[in-house]
Amino acid sequence: MTPDIPHLWPLIGVAVIIAGFVLRFNPMLVVIVTAVATAAAAGFGPMAILTAIGNGFIKTRNLPLIILLPLAVIGLLERHGLRQHAQNWISRIKSATAGRLLIVYLAARELTAAMGLTSLGGHPQMVRPLLAPMAEGATETRYGKLPDRIRHKLRAYAAATDNVGLFFGEDIFVAFGAIVLMTTFLHEAGIDVEPLHVAMWGIPTAIAAFIIHAWRLRRLDQALARELDGAAASDVPAVPATQEGC
Amino acid sequence: MILSIQHLYILVGLILAITAVMTLADRQHPKRYTSALFWGLYSLVFLVGDKLPPALVGVGAIAMAVIAGMRGVGAGKHDEPTPAQYEASAKRLGNKLFMPALAIPLVTVIGTVLVSKVKIGDAFLLDPKNTTLVSLGVGCVAALALACWLTRETPVQGMRESRRLTDALGWAVVLPQMLGMLGLVFSDAGVGKAVAYVTTSYINMDIRFVAVAVYVLGMALFTIIMGNGFAAFPVMTGGVGVPVLVGVYHGDPAVMAAIGMFSGYCGTLMTPMAANFNIVPAALLELPDKNAVIRVQIPTAATLLVVNIFLMYFLMFR
Repeated sequence: MTPDIPHLWPLIGVAVIIAGFVLRFNPMLVVIVTAVATAAAAGFGPMAILTAIGNGFIKTRNLPLIILLPLAVIGLLERHGLRQHAQNWISRIKSATAGRLLIVYLAARELTAAMGLTSLGGHPQMVRPLLAPMAEGATETRYGKLPDRIRHKLRAYAAATDNVGLFFGEDIFVAFGAIVLMTTFLHEAGIDVEPLHVAMWGIPTAIAAFIIHAWRLRRLDQALARELDGAAASDVPAVPATQEGC
Repeated sequence: MILSIQHLYILVGLILAITAVMTLADRQHPKRYTSALFWGLYSLVFLVGDKLPPALVGVGAIAMAVIAGMRGVGAGKHDEPTPAQYEASAKRLGNKLFMPALAIPLVTVIGTVLVSKVKIGDAFLLDPKNTTLVSLGVGCVAALALACWLTRETPVQGMRESRRLTDALGWAVVLPQMLGMLGLVFSDAGVGKAVAYVTTSYINMDIRFVAVAVYVLGMALFTIIMGNGFAAFPVMTGGVGVPVLVGVYHGDPAVMAAIGMFSGYCGTLMTPMAANFNIVPAALLELPDKNAVIRVQIPTAATLLVVNIFLMYFLMFR
């Protein structure tokens, strides 16, 4: 290590954000207080702090687009029964379980992301209106009406499966931004690597991610069977729930 | 270019402005004025944010955080169909309901893959730097038109539904952008350098396996703090990867980069700082526990991190 010691005061920011999240203050407040504290610790004046916050807020305006743009369509379709239809649709497939459905989705999401098709999924346009209701519908067909706790667990698994599939697929697509970022950084450090090699060496981890998460989804099915089986008469198809609380 | 990300900012700004006006007009809204102010301020960020002095935007961001922190952002009353109406509509429209929902990703992919090189005259049709986002915007508008036609609703109803879902999300919609801002402030203030210094100067990396573990776990830990693997990569690779793993032990840099970035992604799965992936979906799926998605992801991510240490150790020095 070279002996030039950087300023350690900005680390106060890390302490503030961890404390804020642990003490369960409102995350928006925690973030803004952390930003002010970090910038102040680095010696910024009041105007420079406000400018840094404003500039950062403008530069990151692209982040909420992916959430906000699909809401009108999804909301309109939900009003006309999209979630109910997704549940009814899956209940016709007798062999479907939440775990199997999510394993198939995981494979599809990871493979398409690896081909660069990262937008074939996502929480607002795929998980909320389709995947989560299908996971709930498949479970309901088997075990009857679900308690809220199980419902919430299935939804969380659906959201997590979308993330795992996306993350460990996209990075083995050679033209993905992360690969460009990595090779550019290494090039500036005097090391030249082929983007294709970086993509290729991601494959073992991508496979491991699939195996680990798919195994956990199988365990989810087993846990559901254990918890719900006695409670339901399996030959009576349950009426899918239509109204969900907020 | 003909369609740029700037157009999307205006579109989102208008949607948020309509949300603010609808909130203000909603007499039954329990937090009518503060909620309307919150969405109004947010719409200004999109409509005129880049033309305002940055310090003023900073004041606006702080005001939004204070409104959210004082529980000033609430949901209005939305008239929802009855369960029977939902079922009847689902039966009547059937698989047609899937079409607009699937049109969004379909149009996005077509735009990204096929239209991205299309030029009219000298100008690209789609913003070449933001092809995916611009295609997504086009997809959403096309899907909305299709949905209105199928369900015989007006775009105004679409705006009402957009407001209903925005209300359900609440301030969580703004959190990813807040955290993105914090990431930039962190890097301006040199937090990355300080963290790298602390993690690398107090650990003995004379043992090759320890050095690999420090790099893998450091990528994850740093991503947990910053909420983004892209922010962790330059710091950890500059601090440990290049000087120690490649410089001292002559490991394969392609393996290091590939598995290193994936280790960062394991961190992304475990942190509330990656709000877009973890906190927003919890709000979107109406989960009472905001960390429910993270809780499900931690076992997968932690197991994969251990696997990554061994994969990197054996593949890098083969």
